[in-house]
Amino acid sequence: MSKIERRRRIEARLGGRHRRERWFRLLGITAVGLALSFLVLILANLVGEGASAFTQSKLDLPIRYEVTASPTGGAPDVRYPDVDYDALVLDALAGLLAVEPDRQMRRELRQLVSIDAGFVVRDSLGSAEQAPGARLTVTVPASSNVDMLVKGQLDRSLPAVQRPLSDRQIAWVDTLRDSGVLVRRFNTALFTNGDSREPELAGIRGAVVGSFYMLAVTLLLAFPIGVATAVYLEEFAPRNRWADVVEISINNLAAVPSIVFGLLGLAVFIDWLGFPRSAPLVGGFVLALLTLPVVIISSRAAIRGVPGSIREAALGVGASRMQVVMDHVLPLALPGVLTGTIIGMSRALGETAPLLMIGMVAFIVDVPTGLGDPATALPVQIYLWSDSPERAFAERTSAAILVLLGFLLLMNLLAVLIRRRVENK
Amino acid sequence: MTASTDETGAGPREATTGPTADAIRETCIAIRELDAWYGDIHALRSISLDIAYGEVIALIGPSGCGKTTLLRCLNRLNDEVEGARVAGSVRLDGQEIYARPVDPVALRARVGMVFQKPNPFPKSIYDNVAYGPRIHGLATDRAQLDDIVHVSLERVGLLKEVRDRLDEPGTDLSGGQQQRLCIARTIAVGPEVILMDEPCSALDPIATARIEDLIDELAEDYVIVIVTHSMQQAARVSSRVAYLNHGSLIEVGETNRIFTNPQHKLTEDYITGRIG
Ligand SMILES: Nc1ncnc2c1ncn2[C@@H]1O[C@H](COP(=O)(O)OP(=O)(O)OP(=O)(O)O)[C@@H](O)[C@H]1O
Ligand SMILES: [Mg+2]
Repeated sequence: MSKIERRRRIEARLGGRHRRERWFRLLGITAVGLALSFLVLILANLVGEGASAFTQSKLDLPIRYEVTASPTGGAPDVRYPDVDYDALVLDALAGLLAVEPDRQMRRELRQLVSIDAGFVVRDSLGSAEQAPGARLTVTVPASSNVDMLVKGQLDRSLPAVQRPLSDRQIAWVDTLRDSGVLVRRFNTALFTNGDSREPELAGIRGAVVGSFYMLAVTLLLAFPIGVATAVYLEEFAPRNRWADVVEISINNLAAVPSIVFGLLGLAVFIDWLGFPRSAPLVGGFVLALLTLPVVIISSRAAIRGVPGSIREAALGVGASRMQVVMDHVLPLALPGVLTGTIIGMSRALGETAPLLMIGMVAFIVDVPTGLGDPATALPVQIYLWSDSPERAFAERTSAAILVLLGFLLLMNLLAVLIRRRVENK
Repeated sequence: MTASTDETGAGPREATTGPTADAIRETCIAIRELDAWYGDIHALRSISLDIAYGEVIALIGPSGCGKTTLLRCLNRLNDEVEGARVAGSVRLDGQEIYARPVDPVALRARVGMVFQKPNPFPKSIYDNVAYGPRIHGLATDRAQLDDIVHVSLERVGLLKEVRDRLDEPGTDLSGGQQQRLCIARTIAVGPEVILMDEPCSALDPIATARIEDLIDELAEDYVIVIVTHSMQQAARVSSRVAYLNHGSLIEVGETNRIFTNPQHKLTEDYITGRIG
């Protein structure tokens, strides 16, 4: 072949080669763009739906109360046993609106504030140690209907019978808002309360604490067992047919639908071993089973990535196999192991289906204080709220999803940071 | 002492006759009818070879002939290779190293190894050298350990260069420095034998010359078995040369004699560059 002919042949193909590269780039950019736009769409939708849940309408009520008895001491609910706190709230409202309420009006007035308003007043009076007869401003949450009206999510133009608030109530709300008594404030209840039937009182604290307990159990189980398994399989186990069987089993386990793990947990931990239903302990066990294959697979990959020359160097100066692993292999594999664990944990945080199987879907008001207390988890709470018909729960669902996404983002950020730190080494 | 004078008589012929300086030296490693396999691959075939105290022996031969395998049989590093098998006898100071009571971990403290590619631990220079003494419990306090580290680094001529940066990672050194660090790491444990597998093949000529000088110095205190692809290097550093081909020991003898007057056709072909 002549020199010219050779050059001609090379150049003849050049155009096609570049064209293919351009196509591939275009395809890649399109794919990334598509993925990003879906992400933006979801986020925009969630923020649009859920942002309003981070505020809540509240009323600053001037409470005046007369008690003849002196405080009995102890918890707020027994300190003044003879006081009707609901009546104090109603009196304050009537005073603000300058009305002399009859029975019907009292009922309508009561619907403006959360049913918990009396308890809120009781607690703040009890803790304020006020002298009887004093006047105290107490902030109570508005009812969810009022809250929706303030947030513009209740259609005023509907006929009165189709509205949850009467014309008179709407007028009162407007009066209270104009006089600065009714204001939108940061919704602390969302973060400090457990679940509730009343949207204005419902919070994610119980679910977050439940998720935290569960993830702690999961981490405590899945991390050591997973890493030990990976080390054994990579560094000690003979490579034979059994190793292949184990390998295939673990890979399969990683692909088993999570609900199966829930059924397994129900059968083994609750029915057979007698652990309590709805407990974070059992949830943690189940999520650990689910996370284990992820931890094992990623740890094995990280361990395999440690160059053999390091192992030989250590063996060469007389390190035992265990010393090779502990002094050299694991420290070098740790970033990969941690990244894998965090990814496994963030998957566990988002799991819902297996938790439904072990009874963590129950309606639980109290924030759990231990591993055996009935609890729910953040994704299950989202599932529960998304099922509620009230408009106020819909916005809280989105808000809870945003919080969950925030946690996931934090965990993944941590994984990236760990990897970055090691790559710079 | 030569390979052909052993009791079994199974070793390759060696033409050299008459007593040499080596003959009065004590045997350090006695290899008898050593066979090694990787699965079905028969990597070493009935090797018999004596290595004496005070000598530097070079293993030469074409790629894949089993030089590395022979080396790794001497510190039982092949025990760690899945599917590797060894038969025959290797005696260190008269003691069979493949016998049951011998712990390979303890053996490797006596028979150190330097690898083809410098492989310092991704730890500080200090920790690289201190690792061996630490795991074997050679130092009772920090001062002793410091001493071992300094002496070992001094021995390989590295102390001057790294005295102020003992805390920096060993992997930040140049290739030649890394290899000297690896040698320091090996001698810190106080071995009797140092196995070197093509220690200069990843280095430039100047770094190579430094390592060769170092081998000359170390030869006073250690038995050195070195694998090399360079005839010049074998000629420069070794007192004896063993030529392997296809897993068999073809010829062994004094370095000068092997290069000037090879007895075997295969040896001659190899050193004159016709094979390998
Ligand atoms: N870990 C292993 N698994 C299987 N076969 C191996 C392994 N190591 C070496 N071998 C085989 O054993 C034979 C001898 O290999 P060895 O590494 O000892 O050769 P060598 O003389 O050191 O070669 P080179 O000069 O290229 O380093 C070769 O055929 C090689 O393919
Ligand atoms: Mg080799």
